[in-house]
Amino acid sequence: MDLLQHLSIGFGVALTPINLMYALIGCLLGTLIGVLPGIGPVATIAMLLPTTYALQPVSALIMLAGIYYGAQYGGSTTAILVNMPGETSSVVTCLDGYQMARKGQAGQALATAALGSFFAGTIATIFVAAFSPPLSALALKFGPAEYFSLMVLGLIGSVVLAHGSLLKAIAMIILGLLMGIVGTDVNSGVARFDFGIPELSDGIGIVGVAMGLFGFAEIIINLESTEKRELVAKKVSGLMLSWAQVKKAAPAVLRGTGIGSVLGLLPGGGAMLSSFAAYAVEKKLSKTPEEFGRGAIQGVAGPESANNAGAQTSFIPLLTLGIPENAVMAMMVGAMTIHNIQPGPQVISSNPQLFWGLIASMWVGNAMLVVLNLPMIGIWIRLLTVPYRLLYPAILLFCSIGVYTVNNTSFDVMQTAIFGFVGVLFVKLEMEPAPLLLGFVLGPMMEENLRRALLLSRGDPFVFAQRPISAGLLIAAILLVLLIALPNVKKKREEAFTEET
Amino acid sequence: MMRIGHPKDFWSGMLFVGIGAFALIYGTKYTIGTAARMGPGYFPRILGILMVVIGLILTFRSLRSKGTPVPGWKWRPTLLVIGSVVLFGAVVKDLGMAISTVLLIVIASAASHEFRVKESIIAGVALAVLAVGVFVVGLSLQLPIWPGQG
Repeated sequence: MDLLQHLSIGFGVALTPINLMYALIGCLLGTLIGVLPGIGPVATIAMLLPTTYALQPVSALIMLAGIYYGAQYGGSTTAILVNMPGETSSVVTCLDGYQMARKGQAGQALATAALGSFFAGTIATIFVAAFSPPLSALALKFGPAEYFSLMVLGLIGSVVLAHGSLLKAIAMIILGLLMGIVGTDVNSGVARFDFGIPELSDGIGIVGVAMGLFGFAEIIINLESTEKRELVAKKVSGLMLSWAQVKKAAPAVLRGTGIGSVLGLLPGGGAMLSSFAAYAVEKKLSKTPEEFGRGAIQGVAGPESANNAGAQTSFIPLLTLGIPENAVMAMMVGAMTIHNIQPGPQVISSNPQLFWGLIASMWVGNAMLVVLNLPMIGIWIRLLTVPYRLLYPAILLFCSIGVYTVNNTSFDVMQTAIFGFVGVLFVKLEMEPAPLLLGFVLGPMMEENLRRALLLSRGDPFVFAQRPISAGLLIAAILLVLLIALPNVKKKREEAFTEET
Repeated sequence: MMRIGHPKDFWSGMLFVGIGAFALIYGTKYTIGTAARMGPGYFPRILGILMVVIGLILTFRSLRSKGTPVPGWKWRPTLLVIGSVVLFGAVVKDLGMAISTVLLIVIASAASHEFRVKESIIAGVALAVLAVGVFVVGLSLQLPIWPGQG
């Protein structure tokens, strides 16, 4: 069977000592930043991108992917023990996980989260392996017009499912696309919007943008508040679940896995959306909804399984279509580009080792994470006792060194600092940085496909409407916008995003 | 004076209009070309126009809609965090990792309301040793350790 053959290629790559080591590093770092509030996967991946130059591309991607799903595990630890989401995707885990911890069930909550995530990760790995080949085969038939329309749909979709003002988010995408234009135009050789600065002729670096907007800004915003963290359980004992708890949690894990696997595929989806949806579903289905918010185990099992499944299946659009659907995937595009791999449907056939190796490494990484998170929980708890005033300067230092070493110029450091300032401004004005990052990464590809499509059609803009697939994609994008603009849906959408936070 | 209903949207709208207009004006120096043979100025112009239009809609809509005011800006964290990074970038080549690290850590630490001078100096020295160990010795990155090595 094809699937088994593919997976065996993958495990052949993922189980080599060097790749096992990078998977472990990624998972460790992911757990670490997941546990620590104040730095997320986007900033961490930005920080580590420069250090992956010297690695094999597959090792680099394995490590960076480990950071993303590792953060899902680590984030739940902080949510349960401190009632603070280590990651945005564990926001809902705070609700019931923390209450379980207060009832002395911290160990059971952590075990539920880790085992649920592992189950979800296993299923999602198979899901990715099964769905990627047919999708990339389909995408290979796409011409420039289809690609352009697909990117429009992807970008619009990513903001429809995000929270906040739709119009503002679209403007952020366009701002990102504009920033993506900076640098030498491949067709004419003209350096655009470089303001005579030689460093800008290569374009704005993704490391600086991501680190500034997602790393520095977050630190500054955290420093503005004087809130204290409180650890409920210094020692966690009793990881074993009772049979009654297993019976309650198991169906929630199954549902969470399903929800996460599907929502992970959608633009704008991924870990966060999946966990919110899973919590809502569990609460709706429960015969005792009043238990939710008071330590219901389903409220931990569902969302935690969902966010891990979603984190993994969100790789599908990236690996098969070359379209990143969230900010973390945008960073993965950056990583692939650094290693001269053009993300898209051709990766699966031109780089099968890399493709299947990365997928297999996800399962390997998940297995490692269960070990890292359950028996070693004590170490992570100790980390939580390190005060923030010592942590954030260290994070700043590693970011600064990381960005400096990209080109060994202080220009990159200054650029990152500027984006840090801009990032704080964005937070103050409620402007989402994630759509900007997506636009920024897709900008050059979008321009290129627009140019090619119109060249082929001799300048006729109706080419996008005449080709059936392209037309279908564009209509879907328009429908999405109209749907959201309907007063009823608009209200529901706002409710959905405010209800749980 | 007229009151703005949604100040956050108002200012972001203005920001978008400003950036879009700038892109359009600055972009006039690039050839536009035709749809079939796009010049380097074609795509930026489309984006600039879209940006201005959306910015205007946002701004006008914000006058009537309702929203919370723009939160205040505490300048100390921003200035010290950004400042410490800028300084690090500016001096690392000449002063080397050791001194630059201590400078960054102490200045950045001062941004916290729990700032303790002695503690931050100790942390700075410890992190300098760690950073040199990991990045210069371990990963053998081309970074000077002491002044005059850059």
